[in-house]
Amino acid sequence: MAELLTEAEAREVCERVISYSSADAAEVRLVSGLTRYARYARNEMTVSGDASDAEVTVTSTFGQKRGTFTWNDLRDTAVEDAVSHCEELAQLAPDDPETMPLLGPQQYLPSAAFFNSTYELGEGEFVTAVQAVTERTYSTDLTAAGFIQTWGRSEALLNTAGLSAYHRSTLASHTVTVRTADGSGSGWAGTTHNDWEQMLAPREIAEQAINKARQSVDAAAVDVGAYTVVLAPTAVGDLVQLLQSALVARAADEGRSFFSQEGGGNRIGQQVIDARLSVLSDPTDPDLLARPFAPDGTPLRRTTWIENGVLRNLEYDRYWADRQGREPLPRGGGIKLTGGDGTVEDLVSTVNRGLLVARFWYVQPVDRRRLTYTGLTRDGVILIEDGRTIRPVSNMRFNESIISILNNVESIGSAVRVVASESGGLDVPVVVPPMVVRDFHITSGSDAI
Amino acid sequence: MRSRGMGEVHSDTFTPIHCGRNLTGQCVVGDKRVLRVSKVSIIFAPSYAILGKRLMSRTRREFIKQSTLSAVALGAAGGGWLPTFGFTPQGTVQGAAFKDLCLVALNAARSKRATYADVRIVNKRNQFVATQEERVSELQDRETFGVGVRALVNGAWGFAASRTVTRDECSRVALRAVEQAEVNSRAIRRPVELATVSAYPDGRWMTPIRRDPFTVRMSDKTELLLEANRAAAAVSAARFVASSMYFVKVETTFASTDGSIIEQTLYRSYPAMTVTAVGTDSDDVASHESTDIAPMGLGYEHVEAADLPGRATEWAELAVEMLSATSVEPGRYDLIIDPTNLFLTIHETIGRPTELDRALGYEADYAGTSFLAPPETAIGEVRYGPEFMNVIGDRTQRGGLATVGWDDEGVTADSWPIIQDGTFVDYQTTREQATLIAELTGITRSHGCSFGESWDVAQLQRMPNVSLLPGENEVTLDDLVAATDRGILIKGCGPYSIDQRQYNFQFGGHVCYEVRGGRITRMLKDVAYQGNTLEFWNSLDMLGGPRSYELCGTIGDTKGQPTQLNAASHGCPAARFHDCRVINTAA
Repeated sequence: MAELLTEAEAREVCERVISYSSADAAEVRLVSGLTRYARYARNEMTVSGDASDAEVTVTSTFGQKRGTFTWNDLRDTAVEDAVSHCEELAQLAPDDPETMPLLGPQQYLPSAAFFNSTYELGEGEFVTAVQAVTERTYSTDLTAAGFIQTWGRSEALLNTAGLSAYHRSTLASHTVTVRTADGSGSGWAGTTHNDWEQMLAPREIAEQAINKARQSVDAAAVDVGAYTVVLAPTAVGDLVQLLQSALVARAADEGRSFFSQEGGGNRIGQQVIDARLSVLSDPTDPDLLARPFAPDGTPLRRTTWIENGVLRNLEYDRYWADRQGREPLPRGGGIKLTGGDGTVEDLVSTVNRGLLVARFWYVQPVDRRRLTYTGLTRDGVILIEDGRTIRPVSNMRFNESIISILNNVESIGSAVRVVASESGGLDVPVVVPPMVVRDFHITSGSDAI
Repeated sequence: MRSRGMGEVHSDTFTPIHCGRNLTGQCVVGDKRVLRVSKVSIIFAPSYAILGKRLMSRTRREFIKQSTLSAVALGAAGGGWLPTFGFTPQGTVQGAAFKDLCLVALNAARSKRATYADVRIVNKRNQFVATQEERVSELQDRETFGVGVRALVNGAWGFAASRTVTRDECSRVALRAVEQAEVNSRAIRRPVELATVSAYPDGRWMTPIRRDPFTVRMSDKTELLLEANRAAAAVSAARFVASSMYFVKVETTFASTDGSIIEQTLYRSYPAMTVTAVGTDSDDVASHESTDIAPMGLGYEHVEAADLPGRATEWAELAVEMLSATSVEPGRYDLIIDPTNLFLTIHETIGRPTELDRALGYEADYAGTSFLAPPETAIGEVRYGPEFMNVIGDRTQRGGLATVGWDDEGVTADSWPIIQDGTFVDYQTTREQATLIAELTGITRSHGCSFGESWDVAQLQRMPNVSLLPGENEVTLDDLVAATDRGILIKGCGPYSIDQRQYNFQFGGHVCYEVRGGRITRMLKDVAYQGNTLEFWNSLDMLGGPRSYELCGTIGDTKGQPTQLNAASHGCPAARFHDCRVINTAA
């Protein structure tokens, strides 16, 4: 059995799990595949590795009692043990009044997220990619560090109500950080896609990172205060991805969220951000290419969360939807923010005085209800004057509300797929544009480069 | 005992209870997963027999400090705190079959010219139980089992792992690791050199616990949490209540071509509770988290001692009191920082920058670098704080999250000075890192900081327990308050953020109080202190004594690519810092 189970193989395993169930209801999720990675630093390879795994999660329900167990041994005796233990857990659990009946068979949209170019990458491809970066830095005063990661995996669902789902996907990412030998400059670039061939080539991201490192040398501090900022797509992605966890109806309805309405209920139907902006998810969007079902098997379809600045939807899990008399609406399928046209350079040319920010770092919530976050800039901030980049400035800390940012938009560029995870590596798809934002609050400087 | 059904492996060391995990909700704050922790007294277990060789070198001053801590231990609980190895009679060691599989892997690696190889067969069990108000919101168990092999060929590393633990697969995985190392050797500049290590052909260690959390009935756990929720919900204005328990048990058989075969079983336990109060104006919301209960390297006895049902009312009342706290006036203040906040500051501003891989640039693409670089300009040269400031790294404190018998390269648990008399003197190291700075430190062995989160990822350097030693005089938190004319007392952690060189920071408090004329006057909110690492620590002007020393910690430290979670404890006394910048986070 290869690491990535085919639909038939996954079905066989899931059916075997179900066959041991004596519960009123059971659902099985099976994720299998191969993860590969390579790390490099100081202009040389650090380590590369791969790991094959297949993990099963079973949820057993007796009336309103439910338990979940996850394990990775697919042999018969282990499966039998696992199901038995899960049922013990369930029977010991108190009644959960939010237990919902299982979903029956569903129809899922096709999401062509698997690419042989990623799954069958040759043995030396990672080393070749690393060398394509380090040969550009080694003989200079620059040091490159980076991370390449891929996965090829399948995900399958099966339950005792007849629901069955299967999806396979690949995903790849490559991030590079280039620093000057004296530590006075740092630049970063990243690329990600399901298809290795559709990522930017290693030499391209190397050149981007090298150029930014060179541009960031000899940065000087600027005063704290409110600035007009041009946020590069990665910087926008670092912040906008945080919106996802706030788009939940229950928290809003219970008064615990920014999207809560004063006096009760939520703000669906209200203008919440700039009228040019829309936020959507769609597992079949060629820019996103995600699994077309939620973990419980609810189909994922194109969902517009915010349309022209108006809140159109919030996530309703099945219990809350039932309670509120709404249709269930799961989150998932990536996140895409759209609203304009143009490159970073186009946006810079419109700014009289401001700061160009490449990306953010260590973004932490300060006030979840107001969606206020603090964090730092990283890998280059450039002063803009009269529509041109002038000189590098030091990194700085911000304290800002994501909603304020998305209401203070001056102009918006074209959306691109970014590596929005601070650790690089594989993550949910994020597609966002660069933006010009006014009144962005810088609260202190940072010496760190 | 049932067979696990792993082909040729028939182990009688695994109980039939399997476990799973979901680190969500209270345990995750942003990408960094820095967790809320809180104050707890060091919990002492009876002394255990010492197995294996204790490896420790101490200066006289360290010994005095250690003795002081032992006195703390004795004074606090009547037990003994000593860095020691422990082995419990329950004996969940892995057995001959797994050792044999390790040797299959090592032999395969050696047959293909690996100059070094190590193998970890790991069974990791997690359990997360969470409740909200009157219902169980999460009840998940996870068990993951597999083998990971690391090989060194021509000075380059390769790694491979598989969930299938059979002779054939262990051999295949080892050969795959060697294959990768050979290919990788085309892309290295400087061959890896490993510091020497002793061989431990029969090493065994287990976290000294009283009660295995995985043998406690799930219904007992849920009932305890629901009872705590009921107590909190009875407080008027306490609207939302959530409580949880998280447990980890990691059983490892480790073997290396240096001749070590080591079996270890580690435990971690973490009970927690959050109460959210809502004022008459529904915009007025305050949440109190049980920051005085830390995750610990202990068993279920930690949950029992934490007494969530008994403390719930107090925490709920604090949440209500936080509704009417005064929003802080930004400015400069003397800060009296309780261990429940200071531990995380130690983690961020001392633990992180003294990780040698950061200082050398190995984490530049993600976790960042360190201002303590290069080593030749940092070791012995950086004045971190006043002369009475001493910080140690260790993997030996009882109850410490990073406490072990051996690290993931077979290096025995160590204890060593990181900051001595206010000066930075040494980093955290692994075997390959120790050789890189041996000429500067005079230390040719690793400090034992190698750690891999599970079988499916290669080991890397991770933070041990890092602790600020108390002062020698018996100075209490109350003494620090009494000595302060204009200050803020900070307890628990709010949002934390530091730059990528571990230098400029903003750290939030959770429950804060104004101090005027030596007395606590009122509760404050929206408090965060900003500054940079060296200015902050050099503003340390009062240090609590041994009785104020507490061990807190975090199970969510994230580093590496792919990211790996680490758990580390940080002991410290209460301490005062002079003239620090405080901002209002709501402004």
